[in-house]
Amino acid sequence: MSAWNSFDTAGPVSVTAELTTYPGGGGDEIHAYVARPAGAGPRPGLVYIHHLPGWDEYTQETVERLARHGYDVIAPDLYCRYGHGTPDDVGAKVRSEGGVYDDSVVADAEAALAWLKALPTHSGKAAVIGPCSGGRHALLIASVVDGFDAVVDLWGGNVLPVGDPTPARPVAPSAYTARLAIPLLGIFGNDDQSPTAAQVDEHEELLKDAGKDYEFHRYDGAGHAFFYYHTERYRPVQAMDAWEKVFAFLADKLS
Amino acid sequence: MCTHIAESTAVTGMGKGPDGWFAVTKATVGYDHTTHSVDEHALLLDFTNYDLGVGARVALEIDLESGKALLAQLTEVIERAEATGLS
Repeated sequence: MSAWNSFDTAGPVSVTAELTTYPGGGGDEIHAYVARPAGAGPRPGLVYIHHLPGWDEYTQETVERLARHGYDVIAPDLYCRYGHGTPDDVGAKVRSEGGVYDDSVVADAEAALAWLKALPTHSGKAAVIGPCSGGRHALLIASVVDGFDAVVDLWGGNVLPVGDPTPARPVAPSAYTARLAIPLLGIFGNDDQSPTAAQVDEHEELLKDAGKDYEFHRYDGAGHAFFYYHTERYRPVQAMDAWEKVFAFLADKLS
Repeated sequence: MCTHIAESTAVTGMGKGPDGWFAVTKATVGYDHTTHSVDEHALLLDFTNYDLGVGARVALEIDLESGKALLAQLTEVIERAEATGLS
């Protein structure tokens, strides 16, 4: 049975969603958008890593969607330290400063995991998930932070080394393939320019050679960010199929 | 894709944002995901003054051909301006 639109009308999951603060990396109090189902649990948790354009409305709506499917979800504002304004204004400032540092993202995610694990509803299982740069970050986090049980990379580009390392992004996540110790789900559009289909294949070879637990799903007729219903990149048929893959993977790995 | 292509320079001048004119101190030119253009990627031009907050920003998202045309016109006008000897 599909996960989407399959709730019992006698009692669909109620969800609360709100802005909160939590001690992020370095103990800095940073914003997070949190959505949680009603009820005592126990249930798994998700750390949602937002994409390069920022901690935006798409992020909020996706977090709420995941919560409606039974997860406590926290999405740290990875740009919180850059100031506040509209998401695109904040994103522009981050861009002007060379992008958010991988180390900062990893530290905020590790702290978000600790926040999840301290919830009275927490089942003991957690995953990290993100789209676009958040997919790359999710894989990086999953590779270097202990305590997650699964990772979902939604079309993360630059997983393989591309260009010269920068202070913000000194190491490509693929360099940590040997350290990846949890199952990985990858969702990709075959028309994407980053990651290209060839890059996805190359990453898959690395995972295969290292004997990693992974599943990749590739979609024809879809490019980058094909979940984004607010853009022309949206491909509803492929996106809904991929969402089912995400829900099935999380249900399996976090049960 | 996230290109992470962005370069910044100090600038002196004024820009008009939603709250009126303000002094711009920094210009950043990027090529990355758009937030409002229909194109997936575009040249992202930001004129900012972060001393005034992240909202002190004049932003443009234009395609590459527009950027090339703009660059040519900038170059021509700067040459003509310098030829006048005015300051």
